[in-house]
Amino acid sequence: MLELRLYIAQRVSATIIAPLVLIHLGMMIYAIQGGLDAAEILARTRGSWWWAANYGLFVIAVAVHAAIGLRNVLREWLCLRGAVLGAVTWLSFALLLVTGLRAVFAVVMP
Amino acid sequence: MGFMDDSSSSTAPPIAVRVWRGNPDGGSFEAFEVPQQPSQTILDVVTWIQRHADASLSYRFACRVGMCGSCAMMVNGIPRWTCRTHVNKVMRDNSLTIEPLRNLPVIKDLACDMTEFFDKWKQAEGHFQGSATRHEKVAALSPNSPQRRVANAATECINCAICYASCDVVNWNRDYLGPAALNRAWSLQNDERDSGGAARLAAVGGDAGCHQCHSQQGCATYCPNELNPTASIAGLKRMVMKAYVKGGLG
Repeated sequence: MLELRLYIAQRVSATIIAPLVLIHLGMMIYAIQGGLDAAEILARTRGSWWWAANYGLFVIAVAVHAAIGLRNVLREWLCLRGAVLGAVTWLSFALLLVTGLRAVFAVVMP
Repeated sequence: MGFMDDSSSSTAPPIAVRVWRGNPDGGSFEAFEVPQQPSQTILDVVTWIQRHADASLSYRFACRVGMCGSCAMMVNGIPRWTCRTHVNKVMRDNSLTIEPLRNLPVIKDLACDMTEFFDKWKQAEGHFQGSATRHEKVAALSPNSPQRRVANAATECINCAICYASCDVVNWNRDYLGPAALNRAWSLQNDERDSGGAARLAAVGGDAGCHQCHSQQGCATYCPNELNPTASIAGLKRMVMKAYVKGGLG
């Protein structure tokens, strides 16, 4: 039943990612009208709970989604199985989560 | 008699045929030259080789009319029912390469061991489980009901294993139930007379079941009866997920 749970987790995370990507793209197109620099970006994102929640949720969903996808590739192409497969999956999840959340903190912390 | 009629030989150059010869320990290709004939099928070519060039060539066929599903082989790298595949439709540069079906163990030459293919039908609960006895009236099924239409769309499988040979997921994961078994399960799930739905959903929702499918659609591309196992598997995925969310799986 593990495969079914992973399948559901990957579909649910995709459902979360899709609208957040559209928000991100829309925001970028809107924000760069008339030029943009790092100071302007940080002025908008620092202290903003909205952007913290938006990108925080995005990072969590991506970490779940990508780790499961990578697990499928490793299992089918490199024939990884069992504990090794689980360890690599959790490691990729942790790496994506930590680096992603670190980036979110960097732009939203006041 | 067209099937083995040697008197109709045309003036076309002979076909250069490479046939895989071997056993479970390995093998190699052997070259033959086969006379070209009008309306010649791949099965005609293989049969000509056995009767005129090498009587020890092993292969499997039965009906010769696309009903029994026994004669499937790889032809120029693509799984095909050889009795209904015309040479002139698939020949490249006047040559043919014929191999045993992919994803199945070889017994000898072009004959595969189909045991795992049929075992997976059993694992997927691919048998009808009636709920009525002989003393009850025959169930009245409307051929136009949405559920019956879905079931009918998946019923014409002839067990040729072409979908199984074309499936990359089977190649990657030897436990995967495969398109044919899952397609069969889907048709039974939509049969109003069947009572084995709960056990079948648990079987196809397991770790080697329908959620392994990547929807690459090799099965639908090469199915000789133009079935769409990918669509059947997608239906099973939805059905299993709903049962799981409602707590009714296993």
